[in-house]
Amino acid sequence: METNQQTSITDPIKTKDLDLNFVAEIKQQSGVNISRCLHCRCCAGGCHFHMATDYPPNHIIRLVQLGFRKEALESSTIWLCVGCNTCSVQCPMAIDMAAVMDALRQTAIKEGAALAEPDILNFHKDVLHTIKRHGRTHKLEIMMRYKARKLDLFSDFVVGTKMFAKRKLHFRPSKVKAIDEVRKTFKP
Amino acid sequence: MNMKPTIEVSYFPGCSLDSTATENNLSLINLLNRLGINLVELDDWSCCGSSSAHSLDPELAFDLANRNLSLAPAGRPLIVACPNCLLRLREAQYHLENDEKARIRYEETWGRPVDPKLQIQHYFELLDRKDLLSFTKDLVEKLNGLKCVIYYGCMLWRPPSLRHDKNYYGLMEKILASLGATVLPWTFATQCCGTFLSVTRPDVITPIANKIIRGAKDAGADFIITACAMCHMNLEIRPTVKPMVPTLHFTEIFSLALGTDDYQEWFSKHLVDPSPVLRSKGLIQ
Repeated sequence: METNQQTSITDPIKTKDLDLNFVAEIKQQSGVNISRCLHCRCCAGGCHFHMATDYPPNHIIRLVQLGFRKEALESSTIWLCVGCNTCSVQCPMAIDMAAVMDALRQTAIKEGAALAEPDILNFHKDVLHTIKRHGRTHKLEIMMRYKARKLDLFSDFVVGTKMFAKRKLHFRPSKVKAIDEVRKTFKP
Repeated sequence: MNMKPTIEVSYFPGCSLDSTATENNLSLINLLNRLGINLVELDDWSCCGSSSAHSLDPELAFDLANRNLSLAPAGRPLIVACPNCLLRLREAQYHLENDEKARIRYEETWGRPVDPKLQIQHYFELLDRKDLLSFTKDLVEKLNGLKCVIYYGCMLWRPPSLRHDKNYYGLMEKILASLGATVLPWTFATQCCGTFLSVTRPDVITPIANKIIRGAKDAGADFIITACAMCHMNLEIRPTVKPMVPTLHFTEIFSLALGTDDYQEWFSKHLVDPSPVLRSKGLIQ
């Protein structure tokens, strides 16, 4: 039973499985000195999505500081963070939280961690797929690919149809002429 | 009222204004033309990378944003309307200015010079610099009786590296109030709309959008006014509360107040129709 429980910030810290290099790794990847965080929790109070995430922003920082690699990389917070910068603006230590979340997402993907929100990763891939094809995002194509993969063709059918009828979703993508220039920026 | 455009600036519309928010694009071009500014679209611009590139691959995000900087002609500002595009382009520029390795990567990838003094600005900067009183002095009662709340979403917030950039909190309030509108105080002016979570986690976004709409209604607003195309879409598609409060792009209402009659293609694009209220206020036919 207890093994399924999420690590809480109030739990005693067990040092056995901690990755003590994790904080240095995320510092390097994000360019942010995470050790500056003094856990005032301003970010936690400001986060607009705290009700949906498993950890508030400063808990993520704490997990990284202490080396809870698995907990941080498998958290839903790193995917639900949209980078609105509300927390960074409130942070008295000027920690770039959005950059930390980016670094954690990239690390989670790189090492194949069990992702809490695989749909969000798929969405990002769908967006990048249309940028690679056309040089610009093509929202209809993004939505179709995303929904088809989830086998969820009906949840937004009504609003999608309305947007299509109002020509807010375009059938044809807007295209960049020098598309090779855009494509060369993508890794093969 | 109409002035011949006297100033030319470069313009990066971005994917949203090019597709889901064409009414924002049209009304922005209309508004700035009225204020004597001509927007010259960046030739063959590409996506800034949006939220997805920086989430998955920082180098891709840097390269995608830079392609647009490499296309910007020197000597005139690059104007951006989408707050997210603005951040992406400004962040890339910040790295170019402060990181030697980033500069080398830019040169190797693009081989085109970038204007080191390129000013990447939100269109608010143009409004803030203009002597708006000369445009609005004959129109001080134009928006009389219009009650609105101003919704910034997260557009005022920036990462620490860009925190010394100018902030425009109050600009929309000041302009609309000077045209006679009643700008109401409310709680949700800077509540983030959730951007792409609207697609991936509508269960999270619907309660937030409902809260915003209810907040506007409780404040007594006829309209929510926003300057972000993404916020506009989320406030139209995700709330489930009835009746809805329509959301207008700031460029639409400002242009209407300045007397445009070229709005047919704007309001037909809205999913929550603002026309009945605009008509009752005499702002459209």
